[in-house]
Amino acid sequence: MTDVVMHAENVHKSFGKLEVLKGISLEVLKGETVCIIGPSGSGKTTFIRCINHLEKMDSGRIEVNGQLIGYRQRGDRLVEDSERNIARQRTQIGMVFQRFNLFPHKTALQNVIEAPVHVLGVPKDQAIGLATALLGRVGLADKVDTYPGKLSGGQQQRVAIARALAMGPTLMLFDEATSALDPEVIGEVLSVMEELAAAGTTMIVVTHEMGFARKAANRVVMMDEGLIIEEGTPEHFFEAPRNARTKQFLSKIL
Amino acid sequence: MHVLVAADWHVIWQRIFHPGNVFARALWATVYISVVSQVLGVALGLVAALMRMSSIPPLRWISGIYVWIFRGTPLLVQIFFIYTTFNTPSFHFGSLWSIPAEATTGILALSINEGAYMREIIRAGIDSIDRGQMEAAKSLGMRYGLAMRRIILPQAARVIVPPLGNEFNNMMKNTALIYTIGVYELFNDADQNYSAALKSEYFVAVAFWYLMLTTVWTFIQAYIERRLAVSERGEELSFRERLQAAWNPTAAWFGSGRR
Repeated sequence: MTDVVMHAENVHKSFGKLEVLKGISLEVLKGETVCIIGPSGSGKTTFIRCINHLEKMDSGRIEVNGQLIGYRQRGDRLVEDSERNIARQRTQIGMVFQRFNLFPHKTALQNVIEAPVHVLGVPKDQAIGLATALLGRVGLADKVDTYPGKLSGGQQQRVAIARALAMGPTLMLFDEATSALDPEVIGEVLSVMEELAAAGTTMIVVTHEMGFARKAANRVVMMDEGLIIEEGTPEHFFEAPRNARTKQFLSKIL
Repeated sequence: MHVLVAADWHVIWQRIFHPGNVFARALWATVYISVVSQVLGVALGLVAALMRMSSIPPLRWISGIYVWIFRGTPLLVQIFFIYTTFNTPSFHFGSLWSIPAEATTGILALSINEGAYMREIIRAGIDSIDRGQMEAAKSLGMRYGLAMRRIILPQAARVIVPPLGNEFNNMMKNTALIYTIGVYELFNDADQNYSAALKSEYFVAVAFWYLMLTTVWTFIQAYIERRLAVSERGEELSFRERLQAAWNPTAAWFGSGRR
């Protein structure tokens, strides 16, 4: 089972009285692209945020590369891990946010080299070489010295992808990466993501872009009201969904 | 008008254009006490702000009580309390600069008081930064301290610096209060001259010197703020525009009626 990158088991999470995750179990294999779809409020974003412990869970367990994330086993209980260990685990999990969250006081290049230099201790000139290559790969070779405020949403999101990739993550998380974008720039971000998927990056993608799910996903997972209600290949999903709620959701969105 | 006509202009002229060595020492004392107290005040305020945002309740309480007490009582009372309670050391840096014990007391009191005000300013600055910035930093494997230092505080600085500049303006004027515990600074110098000659012109002259200090600071502040201006957000103001804003009469009227 060495090729399991992400293993989630019975993840529960409540915000106050509202139970958003009611027992999510999911396994993602190396090189796989898994798209999580579902209506808003279904818990997709909360779940993906649990995977790098930006959100604490109430029960269940999540492992990335066989390592328990965010918690330590103490007897038969899980206790929250130290900040140092959590930070170290996050270095191998890249995350791309809906609202980009680029550092506005740093140029595109500085955004990308920040964590490799200050977290991993990569020598600066080496980090610059890597960052320049990554920015070239997302089509922004001419924007290395530009501040995020001067970039379009699509360009900002591509910098954010390069920033996450610069850490050399074994798993990439995309949290509605195109939802905050203008329609005309969604394509440029999706094509970068498709290339990553095709290159064998292990990705978990929360998205409303069914075209992307159909084209790039190995597996599609449908969430509703805090549960995974259907799971399968894109072909299965878009041609013969079984679940009534999946059918209803897809008919609304397609 | 009668008073002004009868003023001894010679005294004022002498104090402004021919300040002696003793006066220079007093001016220097006011300057270094202001700067040191402000720097320590910012450091204290930062610690208190981080404590206030801590997940550990007792740290939050301590920070809250600190601000409650030191913003809620007169600075002069705090100065006397610290003067009569603590024995502070003197400091000597070679033959050029030494800080006498009573000046250390003054610095201690001023910086503790300042820290309480700075806490609120720093906290507001940190709060103004989008939560996503901390999340992005964490998702890249940064720990809290590193994320604060590299990501959050540099952005918060732009929000913190303008009110910090006003704090320093207040600080320079508030140093006059520590004359009461025997620190030889500008106001003390003026008062001693007054006592010898019983001429109130000495107070006019010292007011001029305070005005010089705060005016020079206005220029320095405008320069610093321009350096920090958010060029990437297109919010850059020119040096002249910042000075105009600083000297805007309505801003002077409504902007800082705090103490």
